[in-house]
Amino acid sequence: MYPRAFDYLAPTSKTEVLEILAERGSEVKILAGGQSLIPMMKLRFASPETLVDINGIGDLDSLDRQNGHLRVQSLVRHNDVVNSDIVKSDSAVMASAAPWIADPVVRNLGTPCGSVAHHDPEGDWASVMLAAGAEVVAESRDGGERVAPITDFLVDMFTTSLQPTELLTELRVPVRPGSGGNYQKLERKIGDYATVGVATHLELADNGTIANAGIALTSVYAFNLKVTEAEQMLIGAAPSDELFASAAHIAKDASDPVTDVRGSAEYKKDIVRVFTERGLAASLISARGL
Amino acid sequence: MEITVTVNGTAHTADVEPRMLLVDFIRTTLTLTGTHIGCDTTSCGVCTVLLDNTPVKSCTVFAVQANGRSLTTVEGLKQNGELHPIQAAFKEAHGLQCGYCTPAMMLVGSKLIEENPSPTEDEVRWAISGNLCRCTGYVNIVKSIQLAGEMVAAGGEEATE
Amino acid sequence: MTTTHHHEPITTAEVGGVGHSRRRVEDDRLIQGKGNYVDDIVLPGMLHMELVRSPLAHAKINSIDTSAAEAVEGVVAVVTGEMLAGYNLAWMPTLSGDTQAVLATDAVRFQGQEVAAVVATSPYAAKDGADMVMVDYEPLDPIVSPQQGLEPDAPVIRTDLEDKADNIAYEWDTGDEAAVEAAFAQADRIIELETHYPRSHPSPLETCGCVADVDGVTGQVTIYMTSQAPHAHRTVLALVAGLPEQNIRIISPDIGGGFGNKVPVYPGYVVATAASLVLGVPVKWVEDRTSNLISTGFGRDYYMKGQLGVTNEGKILGLRVDMLSDQGAFYADAQPTKVKAGLFHIVTGSYDYPAAYVKTKGVYTNKAPGGVAYRCSFRVTEASYLIERLVQNAAYDLGMDPAEIRRRNFIQPDQFPYTSPTGFIYDSGDYEKALDLALDMAGYNELRQEQAMLREQGRLMGIGLASFTEVVGAGPSEDYDILGLKMTDAAELRIHPTGKAILKLAVRSQGQGHETTFAQIVAEELGIPAADVKVIEGDTDNTPYGLGTYASRSTPTAGAATSIISRKLRDKGRKLAAHLLEASEEDIEWEVGRYYVKGSPDSSVTIQDVAFAAYTNHPREIEGGLEGVHYYDPPNMTYPFGSYIVVVDLDPGTGEWKVRRMIAVDDCGVRINPMIVDGQIQGGLTEGFAMSNMQWITFDEAGNCIGSNFMDYLIPTAWETPRFELGETVTPSPHHPIGAKGVGESATVGSPAAYVNAVIDALAHLGVRNIDMPVLPDRVWQAIQDHS
Repeated sequence: MYPRAFDYLAPTSKTEVLEILAERGSEVKILAGGQSLIPMMKLRFASPETLVDINGIGDLDSLDRQNGHLRVQSLVRHNDVVNSDIVKSDSAVMASAAPWIADPVVRNLGTPCGSVAHHDPEGDWASVMLAAGAEVVAESRDGGERVAPITDFLVDMFTTSLQPTELLTELRVPVRPGSGGNYQKLERKIGDYATVGVATHLELADNGTIANAGIALTSVYAFNLKVTEAEQMLIGAAPSDELFASAAHIAKDASDPVTDVRGSAEYKKDIVRVFTERGLAASLISARGL
Repeated sequence: MEITVTVNGTAHTADVEPRMLLVDFIRTTLTLTGTHIGCDTTSCGVCTVLLDNTPVKSCTVFAVQANGRSLTTVEGLKQNGELHPIQAAFKEAHGLQCGYCTPAMMLVGSKLIEENPSPTEDEVRWAISGNLCRCTGYVNIVKSIQLAGEMVAAGGEEATE
Repeated sequence: MTTTHHHEPITTAEVGGVGHSRRRVEDDRLIQGKGNYVDDIVLPGMLHMELVRSPLAHAKINSIDTSAAEAVEGVVAVVTGEMLAGYNLAWMPTLSGDTQAVLATDAVRFQGQEVAAVVATSPYAAKDGADMVMVDYEPLDPIVSPQQGLEPDAPVIRTDLEDKADNIAYEWDTGDEAAVEAAFAQADRIIELETHYPRSHPSPLETCGCVADVDGVTGQVTIYMTSQAPHAHRTVLALVAGLPEQNIRIISPDIGGGFGNKVPVYPGYVVATAASLVLGVPVKWVEDRTSNLISTGFGRDYYMKGQLGVTNEGKILGLRVDMLSDQGAFYADAQPTKVKAGLFHIVTGSYDYPAAYVKTKGVYTNKAPGGVAYRCSFRVTEASYLIERLVQNAAYDLGMDPAEIRRRNFIQPDQFPYTSPTGFIYDSGDYEKALDLALDMAGYNELRQEQAMLREQGRLMGIGLASFTEVVGAGPSEDYDILGLKMTDAAELRIHPTGKAILKLAVRSQGQGHETTFAQIVAEELGIPAADVKVIEGDTDNTPYGLGTYASRSTPTAGAATSIISRKLRDKGRKLAAHLLEASEEDIEWEVGRYYVKGSPDSSVTIQDVAFAAYTNHPREIEGGLEGVHYYDPPNMTYPFGSYIVVVDLDPGTGEWKVRRMIAVDDCGVRINPMIVDGQIQGGLTEGFAMSNMQWITFDEAGNCIGSNFMDYLIPTAWETPRFELGETVTPSPHHPIGAKGVGESATVGSPAAYVNAVIDALAHLGVRNIDMPVLPDRVWQAIQDHS
């Protein structure tokens, strides 16, 4: 219930943060929303020596359009995404997922950037970003700004390519015409993690065929899983129920969930199939602007 | 570390360990015991307070994070000897039984009706879905929050007459 | 929304007697955050205690090293079982006559069991210290189910009990086995159901805790405690700890929910008291949520096999139930001592048939002790669940409508008082009236038509019924005691010179609103406005003796005591009135709030006049003052009942089910405060939904508890919780002074079967007859796969 003791720093500028990370990055933990970190510290599963609180830094909370992408900075909260008209119009997969993250009070503090940096296989945002084809921006004092595709950034469960000297400053979500998306989440109640989550994203070409597709799965693999094979199958094809059903089967076969109190592996795999089908159908509707 | 927090309109300065949870700062240092503790996984929400007018679970925030900021607890709802409409509504509509989740429900409810004075039942249930209750089945909590919205709207009309 | 037929109150709203939805007295402090819960209490010099708990389900303890813990900054003392043994406190009796470890000495027998205690200057330091207590465990094979516990080569868990060679805690039966066999021989069919009512936990939002304050100078032991039964706790503590009972004061302040979780005596209370005794300062122990879920009194965990003998026309002839009960490591059920399965033998339900037999075996397992808790009315929820599921399945197998089969078997109104085959004497009931109202509110026939139509489209909709009768109000002294303490209850009433009053009760509300409702009883009987009646509970120095609040007993017992003592004071008041009115006592009549001379209604005095006279103007023959205490020994239990109908829609793709409608008709006799009664029902229907849908404590093979925090033990939010449509019938209890029966648990007793029956009903046409609770989506999905 109570964390172990730690030192606390509350820098007021990004430069200060990067300085601290450059000197002591491997000893410190960044505190943004804290809604994943603090519970772990209270159960003493994590006991960092020093917390660096970045909430006092200005200019790190923008959620806006920039050069063909949405910019989601470090201190953008889950509820900022829920309430954003820009997200609703530019990224349907984000808009669909955001209301189902945690609960309404936790969403006031938790951040998508923090969630991606945490890379919990039961976390939703990593799947959303994988489906949307996002990029991750990290900054360090000595390395400046580094932009990586999300697929490179996410390495394994709870592991990313973020260096101890780096701060994750931004998620960049591409905005393209003819896009639609959806997030299907099976949770037992509000506030639960996903038993199965499926993020889907479609971009339609002018002739109605699929120009780009993203499918990513939550909680059914060692980490959030991008189903590249299914995506490739969809690209260039004309949307149809049969096509989506095939993609759904590929996604089902790619998943590797565990049997636990939430259900058997067989059950969860079938949910992957059902959700991929439903998700692609919903993504199509939102891509067509219906 | 020394921190200064404005609590229900009054500034308080205290020296706290960084690891002290905000809820313990409120209950122990400030001796405001209306904010409660109910779980250890950020699930139940009985610790909810308003930090810079935003509902947060105070068991999952460190007191040092509140330095220089403002806090509203249940004790701050009553103003100038008058109950806040949300408080009056909870009594009128039997929105509480054991009272343990009530301060949190009232704070979340008061924020909701500030932005949306006539919430539907779905909107209320969604807004309080981060706060658990074991006694009431939520039925009268929803009614209380809706009633509070009506009371605020009616009060506003009177004020403009 | 409520379809009601409220009795018209006989008092005005201003007086606020029975039948008024009086707004709650408790609310004034609670809505301002000025409640006084145990963790709010701070005493000078107070220290904080944290318990060290076993990570293993079953292990020998080789050694405990406290030296590192003692060196942690802020730690004042570390307590072990060995130290307690010196005071003969390492073990304590349970409410079921077993013994339970206070702090483990030889072995740990469930994950989370208390092993040591750290006392420190802050809860943070206590936690730091607890982390540093080093225990050398030698793991033993764990028993994680009663079936496993009964296997021939199963390790014996209770090696502390001399000559114990197995894991059986008790065996018990009741009813007439031969009569049931004979009935079954006559039956056309035997409907069978094997089902597990899983482990669930009351989990009130306030955990258990205490502040123990032993004053070394005066010898006074004051314990602020989350207690639903302060007097019983005091007596038990006196016996266990050898402390003089007159020096022990238990104060149960505001309680943040009980639901039976705050009835047992937990090691934390005993250790905190011992620590305060030794250290000479107050010691606070408030457990965290994990401790609450992993170690305190859970509910249920019953494996039930029911057999219902029926004719082809749907007439029930007999019932046989065989059960296995998972008791955890210690037999610590809080229930009347003369029974081993609570009041499970009410399992015959709302139906009229002559033969029933119940046989049960309780088995020790490596889990937390308990079983009787969580709004169960002493295991009536298990019983009600079984019979209502059996009757519903019988309807399917016989090709009858589930409402019709119930109707065919209901005990009829003219059969009350009705003696059941297991010896209960049901006081009153009108089951068909409640069912008809529920069916009407639901639009039952239209729902069945809709179901048929949807089925043709391959869509799954279900309608579940439950017509329960439950039994509360423990209880008559011949049959009901806990550890010998009779389950009577008391009320003490004093009317002051200015006509106001104070009512002192032995029960203890945890949200039921006693400060509001019991004043209404006084108002009803005496005409003193309820607002003029202060109600106090929870302080053993200031209240009469009684067994507390659980099993819905407060209204049936303490409510009756309140009514009777009010009437006794009213009778004394008559004497005073006669004196004041210079009339003879036989000529004094009473109407609410005043006495008047027969034939001369203007010649009258108010109850307030009489109260004043009791102190200022009473003749020598009439004893001064106007007060008294009544200990009420109920002549019988009371039997609330109802009919519930649940409508669900299933998603076959995921197995999820959503409650479209929940219609609940309850009959708890006369309703003292209709608003509060509805609130109790709404809360209970939610907990019934929770149990049927998501709540679950389970264990893996190693005995690790899954369900020891709120991420795994799921409590529904407002978003999942269904809406309810409430209806009411009123069939008073003939033996209760105001005809009330009690209602706190009816909805948790009766509703789980309704919810589960609804899901089964959606799948019954596929041949599905059972899915164990919680009816999780994957179980529904699996049932569909298995039956397609």
